[in-house]
Amino acid sequence: MSSSREITVLSGLVVLLAAAFLASLILGSTSVPLRQVLDALTGVSNGTDPVAIVVRTIRLPRALTALFAGAALGVAALQMQTLFRNPLADPFVLGISAGASFGVALVVLGSGLGATAGFTGALGLRGDAAITAAAVAGALAVLGLVTLVAARVGNPATVLILGLMFGYAVSALVTVLVAFSQPERLQQWAQWGFGSFSGVTWQRLRLFAPLTIVGLLMAAVATKQLNALLLGEHYARSMGVAVRPVRMMTMTGASLLGAVVTAFCGPIAFLGIAVPHICRGLLGTSDHRVLVPAAVLIGGIAALAAQTLALLPGATGVLPLNAVMALLGAPVVVVVLLRARRGTAAV
Amino acid sequence: MRPSPTTAPALQTRNLAVGYRTRRARCAVLERVSVTARAGELVCLLGANGSGKSTLLRTLVRLQPALEGDIELGGVALTAITHIELARRVGVVLTERVLVDTLPAARIVELGRYAYSGWWGRLTEGDRQAVQWAIEAAGARHLAGRDFSRLSDGERQRVMIARALAQEPSLLVLDEPTAFLDVTARAEVWALLRQLATERRLAIVVSSHDVEVALAMADVVWVIMPDRAIAAGTPEEALVAVERTFRLAGRGSFERTDQHEKHQHDAR
Repeated sequence: MSSSREITVLSGLVVLLAAAFLASLILGSTSVPLRQVLDALTGVSNGTDPVAIVVRTIRLPRALTALFAGAALGVAALQMQTLFRNPLADPFVLGISAGASFGVALVVLGSGLGATAGFTGALGLRGDAAITAAAVAGALAVLGLVTLVAARVGNPATVLILGLMFGYAVSALVTVLVAFSQPERLQQWAQWGFGSFSGVTWQRLRLFAPLTIVGLLMAAVATKQLNALLLGEHYARSMGVAVRPVRMMTMTGASLLGAVVTAFCGPIAFLGIAVPHICRGLLGTSDHRVLVPAAVLIGGIAALAAQTLALLPGATGVLPLNAVMALLGAPVVVVVLLRARRGTAAV
Repeated sequence: MRPSPTTAPALQTRNLAVGYRTRRARCAVLERVSVTARAGELVCLLGANGSGKSTLLRTLVRLQPALEGDIELGGVALTAITHIELARRVGVVLTERVLVDTLPAARIVELGRYAYSGWWGRLTEGDRQAVQWAIEAAGARHLAGRDFSRLSDGERQRVMIARALAQEPSLLVLDEPTAFLDVTARAEVWALLRQLATERRLAIVVSSHDVEVALAMADVVWVIMPDRAIAAGTPEEALVAVERTFRLAGRGSFERTDQHEKHQHDAR
């Protein structure tokens, strides 16, 4: 079934992902030699060794968070691009992130908690669960609205612009909420808006990782349906696809992935939209049985690379993650837009 | 390979009304449609733009609900057929253009096995044979290895027909399959449809603007009349029916009549 090119590229990506993962453990405000990283990971080094503590309690969860978040956003974007038959769809563009932000804001501001470095840091596991649930609800609400409009409008470009506008409107609403609640919250909110993989501790990973995996599995089991949807909903239906349940499941899965990442890491732009295009370009296929694993790998690699780049200034500070994402992702989007003008952009 | 021909016609409608239902009103585009398509028949549906050709075809393949009346496929009510079973009985080619980034044409044809393959879409040896047969039958062997997005419109249509054939249907429904094609490609598609009906004993219903080609190629013609009914018969019979109706109605042309109706429809 899979061609040798697909197998070669996928194996190459696995190696690259491992390298990016190790690099994100080695590089940082101070770089740690590979040897010490491996010692810390395998438990060889003493538990009180400060280097081992840094690697185990800060860098390892951060790298895992980047890996899961990148995979989640890449796969969610792939699902949405196929579902909307729109090469520029992703969770950020279609307002999922904004909807999730709104849910997060309501819970955080409503509970009066969350005054820590990470906007949602100190709520504990139950707080995380409440925030995540609110984020998923908000994401589904916005995506449901966008879908309703998409059914009436039809024109993909219009749907995208409307999604962006919904997103901006909801984000503005959130900002107003935050501004009115407490002045210092605005600063925190802005910080959270930059996006970060650093706020997810081991404890929070216990919720973040399983939810992400559930979302990824929802995409993995629907590859046959997604492939049929490449030809559009009418053709899919004529070939035997139960379009409505498939669409519901895909939208729920994409919302879950987008919302969970937003709840834990902030709204992250550009990563999602770029990943499926890189996958299709590298693997030379639109087959989801290949693209879903590829999106997991490339999403993970991109997120780890962006995370590592954001830390490059070293002791002088940290670059906002979203700035790095934009620098990496914007060129891809520009290329897709240029192709769309020529009428050759497709999913 | 092909399903054995049954005594019941591949497609039969009785007193069918098709159209759209809004919250307040029912807007029938075609009414009292009682037509039949049998195995081995190439049926051509003629009518001007907006006369309801697509609406009828979409209703026949259950892409939209009928307003009234019955549709039977091989003697079984359309409403009683599961969507998987429907996909095994009816192959559909639509007007909408398909844009896929990169996928070999053969993989597009394999998508036609959706209703047969398992959960993961893995193809069995039988599926592969069906795909191979469909590619051969549609004359698309030379296209199989090429990237679908790089094919010409006519070549794409051939692949889309192969994909419909891979569903191993007894009925093939095509909505203006020659709409975007140049003259040569049109002739090729018509020849292919004629051949599939005759040699593979498929019932084929195809809508078209190519009146002359349709009259020359089709076994049966369904003509959409100004009174929103369908006159069905051999090409000669259909011609007579059309002539008589338009002379009685005293209208200049088919086209104008239809636009007139469309305006009424829009005004509503």
